[in-house]
Amino acid sequence: MASQTLQSVPAEPSPARHETRHEMSPEDAARRDAEGQAYFDKVMAEDSRIEPRDWMPAAYRKTLLRQISQHAHSEIIGMQPEANWISRAPSLKRKAILMAKVQDEAGHGLYLYSAAETLGQPRDQMMQDLMDGKAKYSSIFNYPARTWADMGAIGWMVDGAAIANQVPLCRASFGPYGRAMVRVCKEESFHQRQGFEILLELSNGTPEQKQMAQDAVNRWYAPALMMFGPPDDDSPNSKQSMAWNIKRFSNDELRNRFVGMMMEQVKVLGLTLPDKDIRFNEETKKWEHGPLDWDEFHEVLAGRGPCNAQRLERRREAHENGAWVREAAAAYAAKQAKKQAKEVA
Amino acid sequence: MTTPEPHAGNVWPIWEVFVRSSRGLSHVHAGSLHAPDAAMALRNARDLYTRRNEGVSIWVVPADAIASSDPDSKGSFFESPQGKDYRHATYYTKSEGVKHL
Repeated sequence: MASQTLQSVPAEPSPARHETRHEMSPEDAARRDAEGQAYFDKVMAEDSRIEPRDWMPAAYRKTLLRQISQHAHSEIIGMQPEANWISRAPSLKRKAILMAKVQDEAGHGLYLYSAAETLGQPRDQMMQDLMDGKAKYSSIFNYPARTWADMGAIGWMVDGAAIANQVPLCRASFGPYGRAMVRVCKEESFHQRQGFEILLELSNGTPEQKQMAQDAVNRWYAPALMMFGPPDDDSPNSKQSMAWNIKRFSNDELRNRFVGMMMEQVKVLGLTLPDKDIRFNEETKKWEHGPLDWDEFHEVLAGRGPCNAQRLERRREAHENGAWVREAAAAYAAKQAKKQAKEVA
Repeated sequence: MTTPEPHAGNVWPIWEVFVRSSRGLSHVHAGSLHAPDAAMALRNARDLYTRRNEGVSIWVVPADAIASSDPDSKGSFFESPQGKDYRHATYYTKSEGVKHL
């Protein structure tokens, strides 16, 4: 996916093609940008795909880089609330499932970092930005996972919301992002189902277990709905992202659709959603939900949620603890390369 | 197998990963990853791209060892087949309706 690093061989020897941008005359650069913009507009109009080495508007590149890297960070930080329960999973089966799921989240982070790298941002820079607290990630992962039932609620609701958000992203206009999302979506449905099953088993268990499941659903409901982002009239970037075929549906559209799905599924669980205002609006043919606390959302996003500091601290710790592994692997590779060079000589 | 020079700043080089999903099919580009050498790139590729039996064989190639066509020459580089519809079976319409042709 990181095909920006590929060496390109000019089709025909042409002096212009060997010139780098800063050597171009202003007129040539302007013509190149105009041609690039025209091609980009055509790709958008045809709902086709932009690939890494195509010309793209600077703002398009910046928007994608922000969105994809934030998405990658969310996957990586998202490992923590669940990894927290691996050692306390109630059975060996559940432990194995949870480990597979957390491993998937790591994989999703890596697919997405690869996609972001094709836009020209080195991976270590993205990692550093995350650890320095300069980069954002989904606010949902700054909430604590208090009980085993939270593993169910996270899988069912958090991964459910993520799927609702990500399925349309498979058609994002930037090729590497869309391809990464196809892979991610294929794997996410296992995550949601295993979460649903955890809740279903608890719901069919003792009254205390059922109460634990209900409590988890109550706590994760609002944060999960807020995963779709601010309401449409408070989401200034959405319109441009939709014009660029990155986003296909607005935040509210996706959120309403998700609420409708939850309403059906919660019945099977024998539980309830903590929102008296959910209703299907016959006129608009859309689901509606009660008010959400957007002040809380902005607080958590700004770094003042229940677990922000802990999550970043843990990420830094893991990175530092892994330093010797990275150094050893690089030293070994260098040594082997030297040996190989000697043998060849 | 050759291993690309480690990049500055201790950043592992990028490898492109190709996976053969089953015998009889060709290797297809699956994605990329960072690894210090070919052996680690293969192991990482296995863990990253074949967690669900997606492959029976993996190739890893240092990204900077791949040559590609120039994206700016979309038109000229691929223009030769244009206007040569006679290279497709669908060009020949007079035989429509004739069986086994």
